[in-house]
Amino acid sequence: MNYFLTEEQQMIQELAAQIAREKIKPVRAQLDEQEEFPWEIMQVLAQADLFGLYIPEEYGGMGGGILENCLAIEQLAQACIGVATSFAASGLGAYPILLYGSEEQKQRYLPEVAAGKRLAAFGLTESSAGSDVSGIKTTAVRDGDHYLLNGNKQWITNGGEAEIYSVLALTDRSKGPRGASFFIVEKGDPGFSFGRKEKKLGIRASATRELIFQDCRIPKDRLIGREGIGFINAMKTFDKSRPGIAALGVGLSQGALDLAVEYARQREQFGKPIITFQAIQHKLANMAIKTEASRALLYAAARHMDTEPPDASKLAAMVKVFSGDVAMEVATDAVQILGGYGYMQDYPVEKMMRDAKILQIYEGTNEIQRNIIGQELNKEYSRIKETFF
Amino acid sequence: MKALVDGKKCTVCGVCSDVCPFGAITVGETSVEISDECTLCGMCVDTCEFGAISLPEVGAGPAADLADYNGVWVFAEWRDGTVHKVSYELLGAGRQLADKRGVELAAVLLGHGLGEALSSELIAYGADVVYLVDHPQLARFTNEAYADVLVDLIHKKRPEILLAGATSIGRSFIPRVAASVRTGLTADCTELDISEEGLLLQTRPAFGGNVMATIVCPNSRPQMATVRPKVMRPVRQPEHPGRSEVIEVSDGIFQNRVEVLEVIPEQDQTAKLTEADIIVSGGRGLGKAENFVLLEELAQLVKGAVGASRGAVEEGWIAPSHQVGQTGRTVAPTLYMAVGLSGAIQHVVGMQGSKIIVAVNKDREAPVFDVASCGVVADLFEFIPAFIRKIKQERE
Amino acid sequence: MHIVVCIKQVPDTKNVRIDPDTHTLVRQGVESIINPFDLFAVEAALQIKDASSATITVITMGPPQAEEALREVLSRGVDAALLLSDRAFAGADTWATSVTLSAAIRKLGNVDLILCGKQAVDGDTAQVGPEVATLLDIPYATFVKKMEPLDAQHLKVTRQTDEGTEVWKLSTPALITVIKEVGEPRLPSLRHKMRAKKAAIPVWGIAELGLDANDVGLCGSFTQVVRVFSPPRRTDRVIIEGSLEEQVEQLYRYLKEAKVPGI
Repeated sequence: MNYFLTEEQQMIQELAAQIAREKIKPVRAQLDEQEEFPWEIMQVLAQADLFGLYIPEEYGGMGGGILENCLAIEQLAQACIGVATSFAASGLGAYPILLYGSEEQKQRYLPEVAAGKRLAAFGLTESSAGSDVSGIKTTAVRDGDHYLLNGNKQWITNGGEAEIYSVLALTDRSKGPRGASFFIVEKGDPGFSFGRKEKKLGIRASATRELIFQDCRIPKDRLIGREGIGFINAMKTFDKSRPGIAALGVGLSQGALDLAVEYARQREQFGKPIITFQAIQHKLANMAIKTEASRALLYAAARHMDTEPPDASKLAAMVKVFSGDVAMEVATDAVQILGGYGYMQDYPVEKMMRDAKILQIYEGTNEIQRNIIGQELNKEYSRIKETFF
Repeated sequence: MKALVDGKKCTVCGVCSDVCPFGAITVGETSVEISDECTLCGMCVDTCEFGAISLPEVGAGPAADLADYNGVWVFAEWRDGTVHKVSYELLGAGRQLADKRGVELAAVLLGHGLGEALSSELIAYGADVVYLVDHPQLARFTNEAYADVLVDLIHKKRPEILLAGATSIGRSFIPRVAASVRTGLTADCTELDISEEGLLLQTRPAFGGNVMATIVCPNSRPQMATVRPKVMRPVRQPEHPGRSEVIEVSDGIFQNRVEVLEVIPEQDQTAKLTEADIIVSGGRGLGKAENFVLLEELAQLVKGAVGASRGAVEEGWIAPSHQVGQTGRTVAPTLYMAVGLSGAIQHVVGMQGSKIIVAVNKDREAPVFDVASCGVVADLFEFIPAFIRKIKQERE
Repeated sequence: MHIVVCIKQVPDTKNVRIDPDTHTLVRQGVESIINPFDLFAVEAALQIKDASSATITVITMGPPQAEEALREVLSRGVDAALLLSDRAFAGADTWATSVTLSAAIRKLGNVDLILCGKQAVDGDTAQVGPEVATLLDIPYATFVKKMEPLDAQHLKVTRQTDEGTEVWKLSTPALITVIKEVGEPRLPSLRHKMRAKKAAIPVWGIAELGLDANDVGLCGSFTQVVRVFSPPRRTDRVIIEGSLEEQVEQLYRYLKEAKVPGI
C-alpha cells in the first residue's frame, strides 16, 4: 500500500530491509538458540547510519523523527525482533538526554549514540516498580559535586552491553514521583555493576540484565535537566519510544504473514495447496487485515506525533497496544497454519510467537496502555461542552 | 549495434524473444524489433530455426600477413620440475589441430635449470619441437616475465594458434600475451576444432554454463585460447620424433616491476580439490557440521576430496576452501558425488565438467538430477553408510 | 591515493534457469546485478580508504541503465562514478572492452591503483583486468586475497594459485584482481545512499575518450561468436530407485563399469 513516504523514508526502508535480509535473517535462529548479543549486526546498523535516524543533525544524527525510526525498526523486526529490540532500546536510552539534557550532555553523548559507537539503555523498572512507576526505590543523594546512587534496576534491555544509561532515581523521597530525576550513568562508573543475563521466553538475541548501584558515584553534571522532572521525562520518552515498539509489532506481523502465506501456497494436503481451503484463507485474511491496519495506524500516528501534538501519549499508547496484540495474534495464527512444522524450531514462526509476547508486556503492559488511553479520554471529554446524546 | 533480422526469413514466431537474456527482442504484429538492450550475445541467432537473425561482422578486415603465421603452439607448464598434466592434455588436442592444419606442433617451455627430461616428455606426448627458454628470471612465475618472453617468441616465430592451460598461471599471464601482440583470446575452452576455412573453433561455456558459445578469431594471429584442465585427452607416443631448440632472450626483456617474495604450497583441501579424481560434495541436506564426517569417510575410502555447496559453507559446517561453484572452486574430477545438495546453478557451474556426476538426494525433483549422469533417489543418511559398507565388503 | 575500480553489470546467473522442455535459458525474472567479484573489489578499495586517505572512482562500461550499478556502489561509499556508454561499445570482446576501459583510466589520469573482480560471472573470462594493465603498461597480479602497501611505490599482495598462495611485491601504479577472501562487501549507508541518489554521473562515449568507432565494440573486437547453443543434454542418465540394497548394488556396478579409479 502506498503510504506516500518521501524518497528519504523509502531509502531508510530499503536499507533496513536489505540489512534484515542479508545480515539478520541468516543468523536469527542461531542468535535465538545461543542467546547471543548481535554485536556484528549492531556494527552494520551503525555503519548504515541508522542509529541516528531520530537524532537532530547538529548532534550527528540524520534529523528524522519517530516515523523514520519506526520505518527502520519495522523492517529489522520482520527478520528478528530480538535484534530490532536491541537497536530500538538504544533510542529509548537516548531520548531522556535528547528531550531534557543540557547542551553539553547532548553534544557529549548523542553523536556517539547516533554513530552507533556506543549503545544506550534506559533504566527505570525495579523489582517493586513496574507498571507502578511510583514504587521505585533507587536513590540519588547529592554529595558535593557528585551524586551517590544506590539501588537496583531490573530487566534492563541492553544492560551490560550498552555504555550509556539513562537511570531514574529518587532525589527527594518525600515527593514521590515528583521527586524522581534522570541521571546519565556510564559503564565503568565506580559502584555500577550488572547482574546475570536473564533467560527469556523470546527476544533472546537481546540482552536483559539487572543494573546494580552500590554507592555509585557520578559527577553532578550527569543529572538530566533538573531534579524532580524525571517522571515527566520518562512519560515524554515513552511517547517517543512506544511507536517503536509498535513498529516491532508491525514488522513481526508482516514477517509471520509472509511465512504463513508462502507455506500455505506450497503445502499440499488432500491433493491441494492448503491455501485453497477456506479455513486457511480466512485465517490468512484476518492476519493480513490486522497487519495492514496496525501499520496504517502506526504510520498515521507517527506522522502526527512528529508534529509534537498534545495527544501524543494517547496515540503512543494506542499504537503500542494495537500492534502488540496484533503481532501476538498473527504469530499464533502463523504457527497454527504451519501446524506441526510451525511448532518445530526448524521453522521461524515458533520463535516469532515466543518473541511476540514481550510486545504486550514491555514499555508499559498493554493493560497500562489502556489505562492511559482511558485517562486521556476522560480528560479530553471533560473539556468538550457539547453533548453527544 | 545490434543483431540483424532478415524480414524475409522471419516468421515472427517469437522464439528469439523468449531466449534473449536481456529482454531486447519484442515481437510485434508483423515483425520482431531488437532494441538497444541488445549486447550481441548471439543467443537468438542459434535459436532461430529459420536463420533469420545474424550478428554484424567484426570489424577490421583481414590483416595482410595472416598467412605468415604457421604452426600450433602449446605453452608447457611445470610444477616442481615436472610437466603439469594439463600441458600433456593440450599436446593431445594440439596434435589433432596441427595434423588438420598440416603444420608443426610446438611446446614452449619457459623456466630456469629445467632438466632435459621435460623436453623429452613433451615430445613423447606429441610435440614436434620444444622451444626452450632458460633464464634465471623465469625460475618463478610472474605475469610480466613469462608474458614478455612468450611475446618475444611469438614475434620471432609467428605461430597461428597458441594454447595454454586455464590454470591459475595460464589465466593470469596469457591475457597479457594476447593484449601485447594484439590478438583475440578465448578463455577456458572445453572444445577445439578447425573450421572449413581453417580457423580455430573455440567452444566454451557462457552464462554460468547455461549455454555454449563457439568463438573464432578471424583477423588476427595467433588465435589464442586457454583450455580447461582435465577436458582434453593426453596421448603418449614414446616413438614420436621431435627436436628441442634453445632460444636466447635478451635481459632487456625483463621489466622487474614484480618480485615474488614467497611461495607457500597449500596443505589444505583447496589445492587437493582441483586435483582429485573423486570429489564427494555435501550441501544443506547434510543438516549439520557433524554429518560431514560421513562424506569424509567415503572420500578417504576412495582417496578423494570433500567438496561442499555454498549453502553448507554459509551454514558454517565446513571451511570455505571446500566450496565448489561460482564463488568457490571449479572442478572436473572423474567422479563427482553430489550428496544432499539441490543443484543450484551457481554450484552446477563449478562441477558440470566432471566426467561422471552422481547425485544422491531424497527429493526426486531436485534440479541436481538434471545434471547428474546417475541419480540415486535415497535418504543420504541411509545410503552413504550402506555404500561405504559395500565398497569395504567388495575390497575384502 | 587514487583508486579506480572497474565493475560490470551482469545478468544474475544465479537465478537463470534452463527450461526443461526447450532447453533454453529462461530469463524471466532475471535481474541485472553487479558482478559479485566486482563488489569484492569495491570492498577492497573501501578498506584501503578506511585505513588511509584514498579517493575511489568506479567505472563501468555498459548501456545507460548500468548507471544503476554505479549508484549502488556510490551508496556503499565510493567517491565518484563514471559511466562509459556509447552504442559503439556494444558487442565488445575482452580486448575491445579493455581498450575502452584503459582509455578512460588514462583520461582520468593520476591513478595509483586499479582494482577489478577476478572475473565476471556472465563470461568468466578473467581477461579484462590483465588486458587493461597491459594496455596501460603497468604491472598486475590476479586472484589476490590480501593487499598491503609496502611503501609509497610498492604494494605487497597475497594471491591464490591452484597450488597454494604466493606473495608478490609490485611497483605502483598497479592493477589487482581480487577474490572473495579480501572481505565481505559492506552494505550501503543512509548518508551515502542519499548522496548517491543525487550524484551526477558523467557519461563518456567514444568522442570523450578520443576513440574511433572502429577501435571499440564489435568493430574493435578480435574474437567473434559464431554459434551459441545449449550444452548437450545427458542422454545416458540413469536413475536408481528401489530398495537400499538394490540401489547400493546398482551404483557400485555403475561406477565399476565406468572404471572410476578408487572404486
